[in-house]
Amino acid sequence: MITYPFNYKRATSVAHAETLLKGSPDAKLLAGGQTLIAAMKMRLASPSDLIDISRLTELSYIRASSDAVVIGAATTHFEVANSADIVKRIPALAHLASIIGDPAVRHKGTLGGSVANNDPAADYPAAVLGLDATIKTNRRSIAADEFFIGMFSTALSDEEIITEVAFPIPKKASYKKFPNPASRYAMAGVFIAQTNSGVRVAVTGAGPCVFRVPAMEAALAKSFSAGALEGITIDSGGLNSDIHGSAEYRAHLVGVMARRAVAAAL
Amino acid sequence: MAVVSMTVNGKAVSAEAEDRTLLVYFLREQLRLTGTHIGCDTSQCGACVVHVDGKAVKSCSMFAVQAEGAHVTTIEGLAKDGKLHPVQEAFRDNHGLQCGFCTPGMIMTAVDMIRRKPNLDRETIRHELEGNICRCTGYHNIVSSIEDAAKRMSGATR
Repeated sequence: MITYPFNYKRATSVAHAETLLKGSPDAKLLAGGQTLIAAMKMRLASPSDLIDISRLTELSYIRASSDAVVIGAATTHFEVANSADIVKRIPALAHLASIIGDPAVRHKGTLGGSVANNDPAADYPAAVLGLDATIKTNRRSIAADEFFIGMFSTALSDEEIITEVAFPIPKKASYKKFPNPASRYAMAGVFIAQTNSGVRVAVTGAGPCVFRVPAMEAALAKSFSAGALEGITIDSGGLNSDIHGSAEYRAHLVGVMARRAVAAAL
Repeated sequence: MAVVSMTVNGKAVSAEAEDRTLLVYFLREQLRLTGTHIGCDTSQCGACVVHVDGKAVKSCSMFAVQAEGAHVTTIEGLAKDGKLHPVQEAFRDNHGLQCGFCTPGMIMTAVDMIRRKPNLDRETIRHELEGNICRCTGYHNIVSSIEDAAKRMSGATR
C-alpha cells in the first residue's frame, strides 16, 4: 500500500524539530512509526510532512534514581523491556513493554510515540496513568491525569513534542492484558499500582480512552487483595464494542484482568 | 525524488525513491532483492522482516528514506561463500517450510531472536514468533528448526 505523498524531514535536534513543526501546520512527528505509517498506508492519515525524530539521541535514554525512572521519548519498547534498571525498579513497566505488538514492532516503536498517539488499545497509556507519571514536553510538564483527553486525543498542542516521561517508582505494580490474538492490542488491559499517593487502577483497550476505576482503587486501598475486588462491576455503557468483543464482554474482562493484576503485583 | 543511500548486505547502494517509498518496495523494486516478501502489508504477518542496523524490523512499516545511511541485511545476505546460514540449513533439515512464502521473514526473525536469546526453549520461540504468520505449517517444524539452529549456533551437538 502507498501513502499519500508527503515531505520527509529528519530533525537534527528537538529545537530543529520544533522549528520544522512551526513551518508546516499539517506536519506530523515520526518516531517509530509503527502506528502512524500503518494509518498513512490505510490513507487514514495524510500529513503534509513527516519530521523524523527517531534518531535523536537526546531523546533516547533511561535514567533511574531511587524514586523514579525517567525515560526519553524516543526510547524503544525493546530498550524499556530489556533495561536492567527498569526490570529492577518497575518490573511491571518492563513487562508491559515486552508484550507490546511483536519483537519487530518493539524494535521500532517508542514510548513517546505511543503516549502521544493515545490509541484506545495501546499499552503505555495504562502505565502512564496507573503509575501517576509525568509527561515532559518542550514546553511544560503534564500530569498523567491531565494528559489523556479522549480517543487519539491528548493535552498536547500542535507544536508540542514529548521529550520524556517520568515514572515514580511504586511500592507494587502489575499489568495484565487480554490481547487481541492477531494484533496483540489490548482487548482489556489493567495496570494496578500501589503508589505513595494511593492505589491507582488504569484500564486500556476497553473504552475510547484509558481511564481509572475509583471503586477498585478505594477497595484496594482498604485491602490490597484480589478478593477486595469481588462484587465490583464495570458499567459497560460507553465501552468499546466491535467484532472482537462486545462492551459487556470487555466490562467483564476488566474485572478479570484487575483481579489477575492484583494477584501478580510485585 | 531523492537519492537514498544505504548499505545492503554489505554493499553500498544508492537509488532514487520518493519519500513515501516503503523500505520493502525499495529493496524489491529498486534493488531487485525479491527475497523479502510482501504478505499482509499491514505489519501483522512478518514476511517482510529484514534487519536494520542489526535489529529485526518490518520493512513494510518503514520508509526507505528512514534507512538512509543504515546497514540493512535481507535474506539474500545470510548465505556466505555459497554456504547457507545455519538457520537456513536448519529450516531445510527440519522441513521448516511448506509453500515458503513466510520463510524469509521467519528466518530473519529467527536469526535476530537467536542473537538476542541464545538459549531458546520452545515456548520462548513461539512467543518470539508472534509477529510472523505461517498459513501452511502449523508452526511445529518452524519451532523445531529454530530450536535446532540455536543449538547448532551455540556449538552444541544436535
